[in-house]
Amino acid sequence: MNFAYAPNTPFEKKALHDINASIKSGSYTAVIGHTGSGKSTLLLHLNGLLKPTEGTVQVGDTLITSETKGKALRNVRRNVGIVFQFPEHQLFEETVEKDIMFGPLNFGIPEEEARARAHELIEMLGLPKEVAKKSPFELSGGQMRRVAIAGVLAFNPSVLILDEPTAGLDPQGRREIMELFERFHKEEGLTTVLVTHSMEDAARYAEHVIVMHEGHAVLDGPPEEVLTDAEQLAMYRLELPRSVRFQRDFERLVHHKLPKPALTEEQLAVMIAELAKEMGEPK
Amino acid sequence: MMEKMIFGRYLPGDSITYRLDPRSKLIFIFLFIFAVFLANNTVTYAILLTFTVFVILLSKIRIPFLLGGLKPILFLVVFTLLMHLFLTREGDVLFQWKFITIYEEGLRQGIYISLRFLILVLMTTVLTLTTSPISITDGVETLLNPLKRLKLPVHELAMMMSIALRFIPTLMDETDKILKAQLARGSDISSGSIQQRVKAVIPLLVPLFVSAFKRAEDLAVAMEVRGYRGGEGRTRFRKLQWKTSDTMVLVLLGVLSAIMLYFRG
Amino acid sequence: MREVLSLDGVSFAYETEEDVFVQAVQDVSFTVRDGEWVSIVGHNGSGKSTLAKLMIGLLFPATGSVNVFLDPLTEDNLWVVRSQLGVVFQNPDNQFVGATVQDDVAFALENNGVSYEDMQIRVKEALSDVGMSGYHNHEPHHLSGGQKQRVAIAGALAMNPKILILDEATSMLDPQGRSEVIELITTLRSTTGLTVISITHDLEEVLLADRVFVMNQGKLAASGTPTSIFEQGTKLQEHGLDLPFALRLSQLLRHTGMPLVGDHMSEKELVNELWTSHFNK
Repeated sequence: MNFAYAPNTPFEKKALHDINASIKSGSYTAVIGHTGSGKSTLLLHLNGLLKPTEGTVQVGDTLITSETKGKALRNVRRNVGIVFQFPEHQLFEETVEKDIMFGPLNFGIPEEEARARAHELIEMLGLPKEVAKKSPFELSGGQMRRVAIAGVLAFNPSVLILDEPTAGLDPQGRREIMELFERFHKEEGLTTVLVTHSMEDAARYAEHVIVMHEGHAVLDGPPEEVLTDAEQLAMYRLELPRSVRFQRDFERLVHHKLPKPALTEEQLAVMIAELAKEMGEPK
Repeated sequence: MMEKMIFGRYLPGDSITYRLDPRSKLIFIFLFIFAVFLANNTVTYAILLTFTVFVILLSKIRIPFLLGGLKPILFLVVFTLLMHLFLTREGDVLFQWKFITIYEEGLRQGIYISLRFLILVLMTTVLTLTTSPISITDGVETLLNPLKRLKLPVHELAMMMSIALRFIPTLMDETDKILKAQLARGSDISSGSIQQRVKAVIPLLVPLFVSAFKRAEDLAVAMEVRGYRGGEGRTRFRKLQWKTSDTMVLVLLGVLSAIMLYFRG
Repeated sequence: MREVLSLDGVSFAYETEEDVFVQAVQDVSFTVRDGEWVSIVGHNGSGKSTLAKLMIGLLFPATGSVNVFLDPLTEDNLWVVRSQLGVVFQNPDNQFVGATVQDDVAFALENNGVSYEDMQIRVKEALSDVGMSGYHNHEPHHLSGGQKQRVAIAGALAMNPKILILDEATSMLDPQGRSEVIELITTLRSTTGLTVISITHDLEEVLLADRVFVMNQGKLAASGTPTSIFEQGTKLQEHGLDLPFALRLSQLLRHTGMPLVGDHMSEKELVNELWTSHFNK
């Protein structure tokens, strides 16, 4: 698949080159890369907001080409929800409830069902019940973000795309939101695609990692492979996740290998402790 | 279509036209409008057209690029021509076929008026393509400066203009982002009755206004903290420089007008 | 060292609706000395943003006083004081006033009536100080977030202020932009001896500071060197601050029953201790 902005004009800009990748249903995929690597452009293709100039994008049973129009695209959007960066900027309704119902009503979900789902989501996202009738603009920044996320989850997409969903939040808020998505991914059997700068989040949550660089998908595989290859990552100006970096320093100093790559600090702590026990026991 | 449209846009580059003082260019365009109306026969229109082509060549803007970028406006020019062709009923009949009759006067009027329109569009486009928005603002502010005595808030107007220009790309990006976000939530702006379409614009406009107000608030704070207290006692980072070439431009326009006056029918 | 800025028993309350006041800052006192790098941390709603507004005279305290260079900040000396403070805000787009990089850097100079010739020199210098020399004619929407913030710093420093206040200046940037800005601040401090007050929740920024002030519910909950602050461990997480990786890992290791000596701020320290006390046998 290829994509260019404003093709055949003096302002033409090639944004993506020959991307070939597939994302398995029900998987958790992280797309990482620098700003301008093309990862945001890529995600817009996944629900037909942009159409490839050349090549095809297949979402479920629907094939998107440069010719795809109208109903087929709507169908794709119904199934693929996107949580954009700073999603709270898309709120507009008089009440939180109405804003969450905006998507479902657009996609033809009956009003009562949409309302029930909205109330359910308000609770699931840890918002106080009484916000339903409040204006979204009266809420705090963190609450607004949750409402905006609810507005995407409300039409039950089977694929959820997250574009830097924690940007601008404080550490606690970041952790809460990421845990939330993890829960939804598992409980609702979603296919999740996380676009992020954070190597740590990619390592912790993803089962599949795609690295983008200058419009190319340069690395593609399980995190244990992609996120431990320091030389390759450095070529794309990315660093190892913290825990992997610590593991490397540790292994170099003690001359012992840990059984597998440590993708989180919890795994790292357990493996170090086990190694210590093994070595401490008399032979 | 809009991506290709160049009317009113700035194209960074370098040529004598780029280097002129914005004031001379603004005065030139203003006076040129009057000069265009001096033309009233074939000779004067020919002179005017030659002069326009000369200016375009001087600016080093490629003519295919210019015409390509003005396509939507060229439609208007052709439309003007056709209107005059079919609707004017004076002079000798040139051509008749079924209900279509074309008169000599209609042809002449049509060509003259659409040519006049085309020349004005070309000249103003050359001005905006070769003058950065900030220079235009500077030029306007300096030219209007004498009006301060009449209590006209010239500095404030110029500041507003420059901030508006500065934020246009930012707000365009923002519009695009919000539009995409609402499309992703199943919003549909391009189909349905007019009533439905107007309703579909609300999810776009409300967030846009909210964000514009937030930006305005932030910007006001940032300006205040950096010591902005209006035009009083302020110095300027940019200095406009009137060069000989600027005087020459206006002299040239004078000569053109004189020639046109001479050949006028 | 000489005091450059201090808060003396400062309190402030917002009026939300009629006669309903929310206490945003309560009896806060601290002193910032010449050349120090101070971080003010706390979760959203802890009062740290109000504190920033009080320091730059966007708000005035209900009780107590904000002193800049030993003088209380008042409506009368406000403009003089502001010309000696550089401030960089959170959103890179919303503080970019000029149409191009150089116009933006010149903005404060223009406002303060600096002469044309001086301005040309100072804008050039400020841009080279932040490593943006080649960009003087660029328009903001062609710059990355980190570059925009560097321009904002150049604009804040063009008047040669003694104090630079960063109000969550890195929170909207990507990791590259963030490290660009932090690196720049570190360099600027070593070359100019600038006093930096940064309101932040970025861990890396906090670790570089000389002292950290922790805000909680409008009050100054703790203050001290980063190490002494991080020693309080989990209590910090309640204050909306992450722990450094090494500290988090040593806590996890303790949980598994591994004895460790002391707390470790840096990964190097932790690796070395693991080596010497557990694996060097």
